[in-house]
Amino acid sequence: MPKVKFDILESTCVPLPLQNIDTDQIIPARFLSATSREGFGENLFRDWRYKKTGEINKEFVLNNPKYNGKVLVAGKNFGCGSSREHAVWAIADYGFRAVVSSFFADIFMNNALNNGLLPIVISEDLLTNLQNIILKDPSAKVKIDLDKQTFTIIPTGDYVRFSINSYKKECLLKGLDDIDFLLSMKELITAYETKKTR
Amino acid sequence: MKQNTLFDKIWDSHVVRSIENGPDVLYIDRHYIHEVTSPQAFNGLKERDIPVFRPGNTIATADHNIPTRNQHLPINDELSRNQVEKLNENCNKYGIELFGYNHPKNGIVHVIGPELGYTLPGMTIVCGDSHTSTHGAFGTIAFGIGTSEVEMVLATQCIIQPKPKKMRITVNGNLGIGVTSKDIIMYIISEISTGGATGHFVEFSGSAIRSLSMEARMTLCNMSIEMGARGGIIAPDDTTFNYLKQLPAIPGIDDLGSAVKEWEKLRSDPDASFDRELEFDASLIKPMITYGTNPGMGIAIDSAIPEDKNNEGSSSFLKSLNYMGFKPGMKLLGQPVDYVFIGSCTNGRIEDFRAFARIIRGRKKAGNITALIVPGSKKVEAQMISEGLMEIYKNAGFEVRQPGCSSCLAMNEDKIPAGKYAVSTSNRNFEGRQGPGARTLLASPLTAAAAAITGRITDPREFITDDINKK
Repeated sequence: MPKVKFDILESTCVPLPLQNIDTDQIIPARFLSATSREGFGENLFRDWRYKKTGEINKEFVLNNPKYNGKVLVAGKNFGCGSSREHAVWAIADYGFRAVVSSFFADIFMNNALNNGLLPIVISEDLLTNLQNIILKDPSAKVKIDLDKQTFTIIPTGDYVRFSINSYKKECLLKGLDDIDFLLSMKELITAYETKKTR
Repeated sequence: MKQNTLFDKIWDSHVVRSIENGPDVLYIDRHYIHEVTSPQAFNGLKERDIPVFRPGNTIATADHNIPTRNQHLPINDELSRNQVEKLNENCNKYGIELFGYNHPKNGIVHVIGPELGYTLPGMTIVCGDSHTSTHGAFGTIAFGIGTSEVEMVLATQCIIQPKPKKMRITVNGNLGIGVTSKDIIMYIISEISTGGATGHFVEFSGSAIRSLSMEARMTLCNMSIEMGARGGIIAPDDTTFNYLKQLPAIPGIDDLGSAVKEWEKLRSDPDASFDRELEFDASLIKPMITYGTNPGMGIAIDSAIPEDKNNEGSSSFLKSLNYMGFKPGMKLLGQPVDYVFIGSCTNGRIEDFRAFARIIRGRKKAGNITALIVPGSKKVEAQMISEGLMEIYKNAGFEVRQPGCSSCLAMNEDKIPAGKYAVSTSNRNFEGRQGPGARTLLASPLTAAAAAITGRITDPREFITDDINKK
């Protein structure tokens, strides 16, 4: 089954300079009762976007009309906590295509890659610079080139190479599917099982 | 001869294929599923029109989103009932063994897996739940996965996974009175932060770890995810084998003696190298409690909230303290609390309820406290009855609920109200984790019991005069 492709993305960013943003903030547990993958964007960062009274929290960045774009720029250790893939579905459903941080929680990283949401790791210094640039100029764009593995801050021209494993890179560039790949290895898997039980 | 870690030995023997410059295709021995993170994976199988490849290797339970009262009745909440029914349908359709809602062996996935003998040394174990790390206590590679990966395992019994780095955390020395394995892991996380082990699989070793019971080891490995670790692992030893020997049955093992002989080989070679090594002194650890909104924000119960210990960045740190209604430099002892929760895959086993009972026996619950007492499984519940714990709880004014994840993640109605403080034996103190606006203070069952009796944050050592309980 073909999946979402990713090649080059040029976009403005949404800054969320908090550290250790956990998946309970990204999508609170009370919204996990659905049995499909769709529609989670509505409740992305639910308890930060809305006040207890249900009113929109105008101070939260997603409600600030100055900021929009397909790239979320967050503080370190983004996506820690629960393994819920719903967090990635919510971010992607809201319209983001990439998340930038200085490091991601492992399960979140895998979940993102498995859904065509690109997690980009940059140094903590560059992350701080980028946050400052976006806060000063919300129209500042970044360019992500997956094939070249480059991340460029367009107004300053600063760019870095980011890492991604070659298998996942190919999957994202070509829209390949993990399960198709695994199913093609059935014989190898069966041979492994036979060897193991012997 | 090449010196390998325990982690390497198990991982390498499960690699079906290594992708060049890429991840490994890893074979999974045991797959646990539950109602919340599996439905979308089954939908994927249906869309492809493919079967579950090895249905016998997957075990299912309903735990995350079920009520903890009146389990003999149908579930009231429509969405919750729908998830549980979907799980029943899927297990039925694909031939998966299900210990579902109100089944006599039902319980939290990480409690029933070990107690039913499905978790065994040397295995690879995954589940769509981050606390799958719990099973590492048996010398397994066990870790949480996302739903796309659940679908991979259902379809092929394999996942595509980059091999993590290796870390060893050695804890030597004797634990003090009233200090439990919960306090050990909370102490370690407070020292290295909630992202301190990200990218690593952690082997726990040292005399303090060896001295722990299996249940205490499960608590320790359970929370290894809370320092970002991919998982935690403890080499199996006589404690492990004795635990397995007392189980009523171990599915798939006919000759436990020869299995044990193989499992005894599961240890890191003496000169095996780790990417990182850390060492801690058990005698320095005190009962721990968290003051903030991630599990790394913990302190010894008798100390003060620091200024900004883990360099969380002033905005994140102050946002966290503001949410909790605390200030830097403040002491937590004596702070009134409203709720106490004992349960979860972290501290929902029989030893945890014994520890809690030890403090509440012959005393009364404080009037300002609402308590949620939730056994981790039907088996734990039955043990509580047979050991007379139910009487102790009842006499002290506590109601014991039925098994489930309950207030640990508050998917069901067991929510802590906004602004209220809860001393909780669970694993996460994130904003809103136990209900929107709820303020969670993570602690051991002993510390939770002390708070339940006094109505305030209390050092459990005030209630303990001997050192019988070292859990």
